[in-house]
Amino acid sequence: MSLPFDTLDALMPMHLQISRDGRLRHAGPTLRKLLNSSVGEGRHFADVIEVYRPKRAETLPMLLELAGRRLQTRLRCGRRVALKGLVMPDGAGGAIVNLSFGIGVVDGVRMHSLTSTDFAVTDLAIDMLYLVEAKSAAMEASRTLNRRLQGAMMVAEQRAFTDALTGLQNRRAMDEALKRLIRGGERFAVLHLDLDFFKQVNDTRGHAAGDRVLQAVARVMIDLTRKNDFVARVGGDEFVIILDGLTDRGRLAELADRLIERIEHPIPVDGDICRISASIGIAFNRPDAMPMETGAQLLERADEALYSAKRHGRAQHAFSDEDVVRELP
Amino acid sequence: MSETNNDYGAFYAVPIHRTDKWVIEMHGLIARTLQCFLQDTYGQGIWQTIAELAKLDFDDFEAMLDYDARTVEQVVDAAGMCLEKSRDALLEDVGTYLITHPNNEGLRRLMRYGGVDFFDFLHSLEDLPGRTRLAVADLQLPELELTDSAPGQFLLSCHSGAAELAGFGFVLVGVLRAMADDYGALVILDHRGALGEAEVIDITVVETDFAEGRSFELAAAPPPIRRETTS
Repeated sequence: MSLPFDTLDALMPMHLQISRDGRLRHAGPTLRKLLNSSVGEGRHFADVIEVYRPKRAETLPMLLELAGRRLQTRLRCGRRVALKGLVMPDGAGGAIVNLSFGIGVVDGVRMHSLTSTDFAVTDLAIDMLYLVEAKSAAMEASRTLNRRLQGAMMVAEQRAFTDALTGLQNRRAMDEALKRLIRGGERFAVLHLDLDFFKQVNDTRGHAAGDRVLQAVARVMIDLTRKNDFVARVGGDEFVIILDGLTDRGRLAELADRLIERIEHPIPVDGDICRISASIGIAFNRPDAMPMETGAQLLERADEALYSAKRHGRAQHAFSDEDVVRELP
Repeated sequence: MSETNNDYGAFYAVPIHRTDKWVIEMHGLIARTLQCFLQDTYGQGIWQTIAELAKLDFDDFEAMLDYDARTVEQVVDAAGMCLEKSRDALLEDVGTYLITHPNNEGLRRLMRYGGVDFFDFLHSLEDLPGRTRLAVADLQLPELELTDSAPGQFLLSCHSGAAELAGFGFVLVGVLRAMADDYGALVILDHRGALGEAEVIDITVVETDFAEGRSFELAAAPPPIRRETTS
């Protein structure tokens, strides 16, 4: 080899020169950094670098056999970094091995605190680092947009499931909830509640007063139910309460009566008071019924019970007939 | 984003229709940069005033959508009016902001990849539009051309071409001034106005080692180009 070390150091800062006896003659400046300066010129190359693909190479002839092929190597000292390599004969019986981080360049630079002067100016390593940073910045901008869109979507969905006047859930939300509970085979009760004498409030006091009454009723229902119970306004003055896991007739009757009693409290509106009442129909979901009942059928039974309560003079609750018939002793 | 700033505004801001040939598209990153500059420098209140003055029908520009260049132009005009600043001075401030504001540390780092000293950096400027496209493929920046006129003397032509980027040269002056500081170089910059399709900037490098620059280590963890502000 007649080329001065400086020349090869600038062209290939990560190269090794191996003499004809297999010993290390010189290592490029960046490679020396990786080896923690413990280059050990004069040591056998196989003590410094492990060549393991495409074949193990522990002697110079074995190494030269791999000339021109892509080598996978690992340093034996320092952090035992994995490197890509290429070996070629040096024309004097020895070999030159040029090494590169390959795709591991980002970690390599971080681990060894390398700077741009540690790479040949023709090396694309720096451009690759640039690209990695630029891409993550662009990706971050993209993620920011996604997060905002996701937030907007959740708000829109929330709006789509909420009754604007009372803040309760709406009919669509109820349909979803019923579907989910039935699919899960849960035992639960459906209360269908319809206000009595509400039409009179609307007709004599106006819609604004009617709205205030609906809001007051909504508050009563939220107050008397548990946090996980489902309360929806499904029509003008119609509400549905779904009580997951509650199938005790006594407790349900008690709850229904308390709801009616609280709704009958005089509601102050604009210095005046409104008096209304409510009727309630109750039906149970029967997860073991064959064929399985749909949400619509279950609601229909609650609705029938509601009308039976109305027929019996309003301001009271009634259970679905079928539940009475099927009730176990 | 702040609470007062309606985060969902952009949801309703309809990106422009690509079929409308009368609309000149502008990349949202440019529009968003302008907004962030105004918010970070002058505060949320001023931004809202400017947005109203510009008759925006949404609250925020979104970096990853396209906008009508005229809308962005309206914001520049409104900002100039509101802040009583000339258009040129305003655009130059945008350039300085891009490099110096902590929210843009990621961008400063990307610019520092240009070279190890300010000369190196100047020589890399012609690559800037290409480098930008590597990161954001559809972001078109004006072509740049650097000519040496005498030792330490350069002429930078900025081919803004299409009308929507007119004045980009002033942004560039702000960027160059801030980058010179970053490298610790002493330079004199002069925007010579438009010469045909191109804006021309005179650059005189008096000293490359004038002051201690800011540090730049390859290995630093890359910060996001812009963190979400809590203004």
